[in-house]
Amino acid sequence: MSNGERRYDEERLGELLRALPPAPSGWVQAAQELPRARAEIDGLVERARADAAFRAALLADAEAALAAEGVEPRRALVDLLRRRVAE
Amino acid sequence: MEARSDAALVTACLAHEQAAWDELVERFSRYVLAIATQAFRLPAQDAEDVFQDVFLRIYDRLDTLREPSALRPWIAQLTRRECIDHMRAGSRETPVEELPEEVESELDLLDEAFDVRVELAALSQECQDVLDRFFCRDESYRTIGAALDLPAGTIASRISRCLGRLRERLEGRNPVAAASSDRRDR
Repeated sequence: MSNGERRYDEERLGELLRALPPAPSGWVQAAQELPRARAEIDGLVERARADAAFRAALLADAEAALAAEGVEPRRALVDLLRRRVAE
Repeated sequence: MEARSDAALVTACLAHEQAAWDELVERFSRYVLAIATQAFRLPAQDAEDVFQDVFLRIYDRLDTLREPSALRPWIAQLTRRECIDHMRAGSRETPVEELPEEVESELDLLDEAFDVRVELAALSQECQDVLDRFFCRDESYRTIGAALDLPAGTIASRISRCLGRLRERLEGRNPVAAASSDRRDR
């Protein structure tokens, strides 16, 4: 049905409103904090490039390195950090 | 106050405006979640992984979006791809090739639902709160009344009135339906 033919009775509107429930607030907050998390990761990668021991420690426990910077070690960020350090 | 357009939001995000990024996440969080859980039927843990991966990709690749007004289809595409990759990586028994028809139909519904939310955002804050709490958060009249400091007995009529306004906005941008509605109301 094209947009020009749509009708919206109360039942249909209710169905469409129910189709998009809110995401858990923790997920939304983590996504909103991505710019800061990315900046922290950039800093860790820079340190790892200059310090082989730090790089080895970081690869051994990327979760702890992120947590130490105040970033919740969610999987996507841990994967990203490992990938960037390994480059 | 009218919300920023998607194109304006993209421009502000590319200028590293944190408030714009917060708004982008807020605007699309439900949509990304619904694609993962309703269209692709991922369980919560997988959906959370997809959700975070999608927003990380959006953040990293926003400068590659050629047409900023195409933000929504671009996000839908990124989310679909992440869901498919996630299912393949998890070696689910259901072959991904069997999904498209029902997935496409669910994605159409979610797109229409997103249009409704865009119009909802243009209603009064009171209407947004009442409709979101009742339909999206599944709250009772009593809970809504307590949260918004309204008598519980008036919630049903407020919902109906706000739905009417939402419908007017949706059908107002649709000449055929608006004309039909005018005829019915005479």
